[in-house]
Amino acid sequence: MDGKTQNQMGWLFVLPVVALVAFNAVIPLMAVVNYSVQETFGNNMFFFEGVKWFEQVLHSDRFHASLGRQLIFSGIILAIEVPLGVAIALAMPRRGPWVSVCLVLMALPLLIPWNVVGVMWNIFALPDIGMLGRLLNDLGFNYNYTQQPISAWATLIAMDVWHWTSLVVLLAYAGLSAIPDAYYQAAKIDGASAWAVFRYIQLPKMRRVLTIAVLLRFMDSFNIHTEPFVLTGGGPGNATTLLSIDLVKIALGQFDLGPAAAMSIIYFLIILLLSWVFYAVMTRGEEQ
Amino acid sequence: MRKLGWLVPALYILFLLLPIYWLVSMSFKTTNEILGAFTLWPKKFTLENYQKIFTDPTWYNGYINSLIYVVINTVISVLVALPAAYAFSRYRFLGDKHLFFWLLTNRMAPAAVFALPFFQLYSAIGLFDTHIAVALAHCLFNIPLAVWILEGFMSSVPRQLDETAYLDGYGFWRFFLKIFLPTVAAGIGVAAFFCFMFSWVELLLAKTLTSVAAKPIAATMTRTASSSGYELGLLAAAGTLTIIPGAFVIYFVRNYIAKGFALGRV
Amino acid sequence: MAKISLEDIKHSYLKRPRAPEDWALKKLDLEWSDGGAYALLGPSGCGKTTLLNIISGLVRPTEGRVLFDGVDLNERPTDRRHIAQVFQFPVVYDTMTVRENLAFPLRNRGLKAAEIEQKVAAIAHMLDLSEMLPRRASGLTADGKQKISLGRGLVRSDVNVIMFDEPLTVIDPHLKWQLRSKLKELHQRTRRTMIYVTHDQTEALTFAEKVVVMHEGRVVQVGSPVELFERPRHTFVGHFIGSPGMNILPCEVSGGGVHFAGRQVDVENPPRGLLKGRHTEIGVRPEFVLLTEQGIPVNIVKVSDAGRYRIVEARCEESRIKLLLEEGVSLPASNVCVRFDPTHTRLYADGQLLE
Repeated sequence: MDGKTQNQMGWLFVLPVVALVAFNAVIPLMAVVNYSVQETFGNNMFFFEGVKWFEQVLHSDRFHASLGRQLIFSGIILAIEVPLGVAIALAMPRRGPWVSVCLVLMALPLLIPWNVVGVMWNIFALPDIGMLGRLLNDLGFNYNYTQQPISAWATLIAMDVWHWTSLVVLLAYAGLSAIPDAYYQAAKIDGASAWAVFRYIQLPKMRRVLTIAVLLRFMDSFNIHTEPFVLTGGGPGNATTLLSIDLVKIALGQFDLGPAAAMSIIYFLIILLLSWVFYAVMTRGEEQ
Repeated sequence: MRKLGWLVPALYILFLLLPIYWLVSMSFKTTNEILGAFTLWPKKFTLENYQKIFTDPTWYNGYINSLIYVVINTVISVLVALPAAYAFSRYRFLGDKHLFFWLLTNRMAPAAVFALPFFQLYSAIGLFDTHIAVALAHCLFNIPLAVWILEGFMSSVPRQLDETAYLDGYGFWRFFLKIFLPTVAAGIGVAAFFCFMFSWVELLLAKTLTSVAAKPIAATMTRTASSSGYELGLLAAAGTLTIIPGAFVIYFVRNYIAKGFALGRV
Repeated sequence: MAKISLEDIKHSYLKRPRAPEDWALKKLDLEWSDGGAYALLGPSGCGKTTLLNIISGLVRPTEGRVLFDGVDLNERPTDRRHIAQVFQFPVVYDTMTVRENLAFPLRNRGLKAAEIEQKVAAIAHMLDLSEMLPRRASGLTADGKQKISLGRGLVRSDVNVIMFDEPLTVIDPHLKWQLRSKLKELHQRTRRTMIYVTHDQTEALTFAEKVVVMHEGRVVQVGSPVELFERPRHTFVGHFIGSPGMNILPCEVSGGGVHFAGRQVDVENPPRGLLKGRHTEIGVRPEFVLLTEQGIPVNIVKVSDAGRYRIVEARCEESRIKLLLEEGVSLPASNVCVRFDPTHTRLYADGQLLE
């Protein structure tokens, strides 16, 4: 079996974890659920309103717009970062003195506070005095991310790719390193081409790693807040207002408890649903 | 053709280093130079931005505050995760699979959803604007992560180890502390690394739960950016300083980076 | 078909080897004739896997040449050497079916579909895999997967040598003998040269017609299993082969002959000189250590039961001597003496058989 012993004492061991996480998760979520079905007119007076907030949010154009932007953003991110990360991991040598140097340098963006990432790209892409902004404008592009939605999106995506691709690289590289040499040797003997090696050996063996990478990148990009907030503040106008930014605006900015709470619940449910779908699709073939 | 293989990682690393270089070079320029002319490296090299940060308590306290809650969080997260991970790896108990799954869903939660509720919750129990508040809040994401990582490492330790220890007469805690933990030392290191990483970089909750006393450096930076106009050099210097702990930590664990990401189960 | 020659092969995994230990393979010359069943036998670290990889082209030897039918192959990559290799753990393409696995090497070489179909069916039949053909390769047991690995080698008609690198390592014990017999049967049928690397002497001695014994990067002896057993040319071979291994006992050579523990011992290869300055030993298998009334006195240390016989471990001065006792024979209570059968006792100098 799985070698585990039946022991209800296990609960004692997990109690501290459950307590801390539940404190942080259950109490706030209960409050959120509470707010989502109630209306308040100030002075701590609450009236049960049923699904009114949910309907309002689900029918609001503003929500549709934010959700749409978010889905497009996450979609583009996944489409770029996963293949790019895998490609870089494939291009790296399997062993040798330079490998750890490479990995250390690649890991650097992952450990920079998210607001600093935003600040960094903010400064880097400034149209007149930033290195990138100045370069692009000198090359003839009309580039200003504070005023043009397209430029803002391009910068946002470039920033995220810069920030997180390394995570995919590190995960993919770990997965690749776990493949024993004998597979490559057998493939040589069988006369397999480089593409066949990728398709029949490397890709299948990286399946678990890639599932984790896709799930992590999807979840984190869907939840992203700080970096775009510091880079563009959600602008110009609403152009880069992704779901989290919108939610925080409504919750902490406008203090619209009801709609914010309803939106929170819908948000959370969407993530859970989409994550489950990704997970199911990617582990489909693993039932062996 | 083999030699060209180096090109891809090299170009990528170059891409990664450019914005960092720009930030660092800007930190050594005067505001005049930044706004006045476009220079690829500081024409007039100055340390005045760093001087400001090291002498002004509003600034350097920001770093200290951040480090404090990050360390508190890492310690708490790893400490409570250890027995829990052991239980998940060795025992079967009522609802264990569901509990494990529930823990992981917390990692998926949008921080934005918790921003307002946390603000109200921690204010209500009088912990607003304290380091412990941020440390506890980050536990929401870090504890599931630590449990997940540690469980992976612990599961690859054969049960014979436990059984032999009991046969040799070890009590449970003596076994756990003296024999088991040293075996999973690498896992503890990896878990601590990731907890440190996620807590150090997170801004939204850290900003929401603090105002003055426990204000993290991230909040100080955001306030500077909006209020006193364009003190870009100062901002750049502050940012550069935040990169240092991260670089330090990576260098420390450089030998485990590739293996650590294998997480014992990947 | 091919005759494989290894000339002057030396190999080191280090860029600048200095001391003898830096060399994984010290100078060796070997010839493998066409269609033979060979075993490369030796303890871990003796260099046998290195040698195997040099033949298959996965490793380029630091010095020396590999020749197939006189043609120098050093420059030729693995896939054009007409070899196949079965590794220690099964290597199969998990996402393909068994049929696709077997067809893979042929597809890569551009054979026509009909031909591929035919060859795959034939080999699958030989390996008793015919029912498994449509199944996914990842679903098979370890021995099934090893058969697939083997099949990918057999399916190609241009394969001259099939090499096995400890292929039974992960197979369940009760299936090992089955697979071993299968390999032997396949060798009889296809008559392709097979080189089998192992540290298990049973596997080596049952499979091979000729065994190459290696030790610390050198070839110590090449011979048939019987030759190795009866006439080991090196004390290492004597000790390694047979269970229990040969007794290697220190001895002196002086005017009268060979002496052990102060007594004269007759050997099958008496020395011609005094062998001054050389480390002399006698080797005698436990089967040929006999109990006797008057002989070399020994003290019994241990008696182990090995089924049809018992292994007696005895001590004489500093040396340990093992002998076999058949069923029904009992040890005297005291004053146990042994003698060595002269036709099976040999003199070794510096580890080498004196000839």
